[in-house]
Parts: sequence; C-alpha cells; structure tokens
Amino acid sequence: MPQVTIDGREIEVPKGTTILQAARMLGPDVAPPAMCYYSKLKTSGGYCRTCIVRVTKMNSQNPNPMPKPVASCRTEVMDGMEVVNFTSPEVLEARKGVVEFLLINHPLDCPVCDQAGECHLQDLGYEHGASTTRYDFERREFDKIDIGPYVQLHMTRCILCYRCVKTADQLTDGRVHGVINRGDVAEISTYIQNSIENEFSGNVIDVCPVGALTDKTFRFKSRVWFTKPVDAHRNCTKCSGKVRLWFKGGDVLRVTARKDQWGEVEDWICNDCRFEHKKVSDWNIEGPSPISHHSVISQNHYELVKLKLETGKKLNEVKGKKKESAK
Amino acid sequence: MGKQLLLEHVNVPGIEKLDVYRAHGGYKALEKALRMKPDALVEEVKKSGLRGRGGAGFPTGMKWSFLAKPEGVPRHLVCNADESEPGTFKDRYLMSHLPHLLVEGMIVSSFALGANTSYIYIRGELLYVYHILEKAIAEAYAAGLLGKNILGSGYDLDLYVQPGGGAYICGEETALIESLEGKRGNPRIKPPFPAVAGVWGRPTVVNNVETIAATVPIVNMGGEEYAKIGVGKSTGTKLISACGHINKPGVYEIELGLPVEEFLNSDQYCGGVKSGRKLKAVVAGGSSVPILPADLILTTAKGEPRLMSYESLADGGFQTGTMLGSGGFIVLDETASVVKNLWNFTRFYHHESCGQCSPCREGTGWMEKVLHRIVEGHGKPEDIDLLWDIQSKIDGKTICPLGDAASWPVASAIRHFRAEFEEYIKHPEKIKDVKHYYSVRNQTAPVA
Repeated sequence: MPQVTIDGREIEVPKGTTILQAARMLGPDVAPPAMCYYSKLKTSGGYCRTCIVRVTKMNSQNPNPMPKPVASCRTEVMDGMEVVNFTSPEVLEARKGVVEFLLINHPLDCPVCDQAGECHLQDLGYEHGASTTRYDFERREFDKIDIGPYVQLHMTRCILCYRCVKTADQLTDGRVHGVINRGDVAEISTYIQNSIENEFSGNVIDVCPVGALTDKTFRFKSRVWFTKPVDAHRNCTKCSGKVRLWFKGGDVLRVTARKDQWGEVEDWICNDCRFEHKKVSDWNIEGPSPISHHSVISQNHYELVKLKLETGKKLNEVKGKKKESAK
Repeated sequence: MGKQLLLEHVNVPGIEKLDVYRAHGGYKALEKALRMKPDALVEEVKKSGLRGRGGAGFPTGMKWSFLAKPEGVPRHLVCNADESEPGTFKDRYLMSHLPHLLVEGMIVSSFALGANTSYIYIRGELLYVYHILEKAIAEAYAAGLLGKNILGSGYDLDLYVQPGGGAYICGEETALIESLEGKRGNPRIKPPFPAVAGVWGRPTVVNNVETIAATVPIVNMGGEEYAKIGVGKSTGTKLISACGHINKPGVYEIELGLPVEEFLNSDQYCGGVKSGRKLKAVVAGGSSVPILPADLILTTAKGEPRLMSYESLADGGFQTGTMLGSGGFIVLDETASVVKNLWNFTRFYHHESCGQCSPCREGTGWMEKVLHRIVEGHGKPEDIDLLWDIQSKIDGKTICPLGDAASWPVASAIRHFRAEFEEYIKHPEKIKDVKHYYSVRNQTAPVA
C-alpha cells in the first residue's frame, strides 16, 4: 500500500486513493478545503482549485517535486509521495487567490440568502480568504430561474462547481441540465428553461455548496441557525428514508439529507421525503443530529446544552465536595 | 533562403490537386513508409528529433512511443488543426495550399501508430479549408490511397475531417477530444493522458498539422538527414507566420537556428520594420508567449545573437527570454502601444476561457477589466501591482494551459514595459495620440 506524507504526517492508504482522501483520513487539520469535489459523485472535482497542494516529492523512485501545484482531489498518491498543504505559505497564498477569484462575481448577499450558515463559500472565505476585496467592477448578474416546482436556481450566486450537473447526470436518467456559455458568463441551465422533473431532483439543493440552488418550500422561512436539526426516518419505497428534519418550535420547516463531517450527503433522498412530508407524525424521530462545532448552526443549541450540562456537573461536584467537607 | 521541406511546391499551380501533387513527388513518402515496419517509422521520427510544432515543442517520437497499445483496442491519430492563436496562421496556409501534404502525413503517421481511423479536427471558422481537405480526401480515396488495403499493403485507414464550433479552447488536446466526441469542449483533467485514454477512451495521439506534415520529408529523406538541418535539439524547418509592423507579412519556412535579426530584416523574410521605423517589441511565438523588447529579442541577456530555435528563444527563462511557441511572429514598432496590445490579447483570453476552473474563469475577466480601465485613461497607480498579482495567481493553477497563456503576456508586459503602464496611468491624456496597436482592425492582411 502506498505511503504518503502530508504536512509531515504519514499515512498508508489503499492504491488509487487521492491526496485529498488521504488527507481526510488524517483528519480535518490537514484536509484541504473542497468546493467542487464530492466523494459520492464520479468525475467530480478539479474545477474550483481550492484544494490545490504542492507535491514536494513525487514518489520513492523520483524525488523531484511536481512543477505546478496540483488539485489534490484528482491526484492519486504514489508510494513515498510528500505533500505540503497548510505548512506551505505558497499554497496558502495560492488558495487565498482562488478564494478571491470565487468571490469576485459572488453577490455576497448572505443576509438574504437561505444558504447562509451552512454555506461552504462562507466557511472558505473565513478560513482561507482575505478580509477585503480588490475587485471594484460590477459583478455579473443573472435572472432567477425556477427549475421545477421545488427548486429555484439563482445563478448569480453560483461558483460553477459542476456538482449539480454531475448529480443530475448520475442519479437519474433523461438529463436536461448542464452548463451553457463559457468563461465568466457560463451558467448552469436546463435546456431552454426546462424544468427538472424526476424523483431525485431535490438532491441538487444538498450538493450545492452555495445558495444557487435553494428549496422553494423553505425559501425565507427561517435562518438555518434558528432551526434545530434532528435525525429521523420513515419507510420510503424510493429511497432509504433516512433524513434530517429542521425544526423551529414544533414545526418541521425543512427536510434534507444527512450530511457527514465534510458536508457531503450520506444517502440521497427522494423528493417525496424532502418536500411532501413536513409533519412530525410522518417521521420516526431518532434524536438530535451531530453537528460539527465549527458550524454556526451548533452555536445555538447542542454546544450550549452540552456546556450547561457540563457546568451543571461541575457545580454539582463542587457542591458535593462542599457538602462532604461540611460533614 | 534555407531549405524548403514543406513549402517547396507551394507555388506550383494546381498543387492542391492529386495528380499535380503526385507529379511533384507526392505520396512517395507513403509508398516508402508502407514498405517499412511501423516501429521503424517511429524510430525514424525519433532520430529526426522532430518536436511538436503546435507550441509546446514536445519531441514527437517520444510522444508516439508513449502511446498505449493494448490488444484488441483501436488506436487513433487526431490532427489538431484548430489553429486559433492570435498571430498564428501557418496551418491554415499549409492546409489550404497543400492539402495533400497533410493527408499524406496523416496516412504515414497513422500507419506508424497502427491507427485505422484518424481525424483532422479543424477550426470551425476555416470552413473553406475544410472543403479543400474534403476534396483532397475524396481524391485520395478514389486513388486507393485511403480506405481498404492502401496501395496493396493490406493496411486500412479511414480519415475524417471534423470542423469545430470555433472555440480557441478546443485547440487544447483534451478539449479537442471532448469536442470531437460531440461534447462541450472542456479540457479534461489529466491524468489519464490521451496516450492512454483519448478519443472514446481509446489510446490517442494528438499532433499539430505542421508536425504531421513534417513526417513526409522525414520519411523521404530519412530521420538522420532531417536532424542535420537546424541547430542542437531544434531540428528541421519551421513555419513562421510573421505579421504586425513589417514590410512583408506572411508565412515563411525557416531552418531552425536562423538568427532573429536576419529573419526580421532580410528581404527573403519579413523585410524589415515598416516605414523604416524602430523596432519596439516582438511577440515571438503567438500571443501566449512573453513579449520581448527590441534589445532582448535580437540578443540574449548573455549578449549572444538570438536564434529562431526552441532553446535560443527560451534562453534566460521568462525573465529575459520567451518561447518559440506556435511560430506567430508579431512585430510592434515604436508607434505601437504595448499596453493597448496587451489589452487586446487579454480581451481574447477572457472571451475564450471555457469557464471550467475558477482562476482562469474569473481572473481573465478581471485582468481584462483592469486593462480596459487603464487604456480608457481611468487607471489607478495600484493597478499595475494588482495585475501582476492576478496573473501570478492564475499561472500554473489551472486545469489546462489557457490560464498560463493568459497570464504570461501580462507578466512579461509589466516586466519589460512597466514604465509605459505608469505613463498611461499618470498622463491619460497622452493615450489619445497612440493610434497604432496590433489588432485585427489595424493589421494589414497577410500576403498569402
């Protein structure tokens, strides 16, 4: 099995593993950010360039570095390969440049965007971008397009990651959805504003890293961080039925697929589960969803609850000790 | 004038017809090649030291030997005739005047590679050349030079010409393959390289028109003889399309190693800078390569005379050198504006970026906007550093070389002509007087 060193940490991985996958095995502190790569979609990745890393040693036979930075999501590891990611100022600077490029035509309308709070571009901007922009021209704009009864496409926010195109292509037959035009006016579109009508079309909302594809049944209902995620399931004939419900008070505002720690869905879900079952009685509740603490969504709920519980425990301990000493 | 291996018979009337072409020694190379073994042909090309004429200059023999040859899987040869680099028009000239030279080269190369179906992917705008090639191929089929059992050798080849949709990006080999397959012309992410998985996932070699045409004289004269022409690792002859402020724009065949000064001033070639004005700068290999000021194009930084060869032009790296590229020799005289010229190039790359990866998609547009602001007289002092920073963040970070091609002209113009940028920003009123710059509108038509 090939052995690879990323940021000074060694790991043995199966043959055919990409640098990004190897870095994810090592953990989030070495894994490069990814905006277009999606492990569940074939041929995804390579477009956004946020995951670029530098290969300082090709393999055990060839100690030369690769001449250019490479997209870690599409580069397979070789035995003895050495990679620098967060330890290389050059890579960090290049990544900062990529973030800036992704943001120059992005409207930054986060205050009115449904994706805000679970947006990968926000996270990326905070973690790897600069605090201001040097772009002082007009930003590109598109009209909003309704693609089907459930999904709205707001191209102005799109970063052309191609994830939705691959999803539409790989999950269902009869693809009507792709990229038209080129350069900075390229846009995701359906054939002459055709609607996407198939049982799994809602998944494009989940794979979209930004707010370009949004759930029309949830639009402007609530900021995501005011809703509580709860895992639930139901018997569904079309999909696994394993979903995440987003509660506000006692109401289910939104149903999404469950996402793992890299923001990728665990199981694709059908439109029936996603859009048509918004009553609590439709679902068997499993319990609160695990949400990583770097997410703004966690700030309101579990972290606080956990903190309260922990402080409570500590207070009780102190009280207990006091009682003991009083005896 | 040096040896004319490709354009020797270009002025013969009716050379585009099969009988005239054969009367002037045409298809001799094919007859010779079919008597040889394919591997021996590849060896011959290796010996010739022929390097890719499309721009990158990769040794052709080596590229051919990388072709994967799994049992039972068809292989393909694709000719890249999607010539769209601003300043380069050599392939169009070659194909429209000597279509049979390309067809012969295609048959010889396909035989060497063991391909039974080959394609010529031609730029969509060159539709009239497409018709010329179609006619030549029909003639070749009728004469038994294409199709089943070519000249009784038992070798079969079908040759197709496919016009593109008119996108510069389809000149990138993997985008070309995508487009050839009928898809959107987006470059593929490599690896796998076309030599392993190209057209329809089969092993494929993609070569430039001139490279394929050059195999004909190589077979005729032998690889070793061919290698004697030229200098060092730059062997053979090269077509140069010269344009801009020169007395005799046009396509010239030179022996590699010709001094740049001779090429520029000799009456056999460019015939000197127009109207006796002073030379300001040269873009030596098509719009993508770094621009060089007059002193650096004529002599290297070491003080040696600069030669028209892969090595000599690249001498000094990108600091003081450039590249031979595809051979688009663009000359700017003292009245020309490097900044306006650069804006024109950048506008092109902005228009042609495929939009797949973010640095190129967003960065080319940004550079174009900043440069437009400068040439319109609204530049800011910090714009020069901004441009430098943008280009450095595109260079080497993209899927295909279009990003590099867009960033190199900007980098070199700032490196060598920073004062001119500053002048534009400080004294915008002076720009009104600068009328001449290399653009489609101001260019004199090349002599064909």
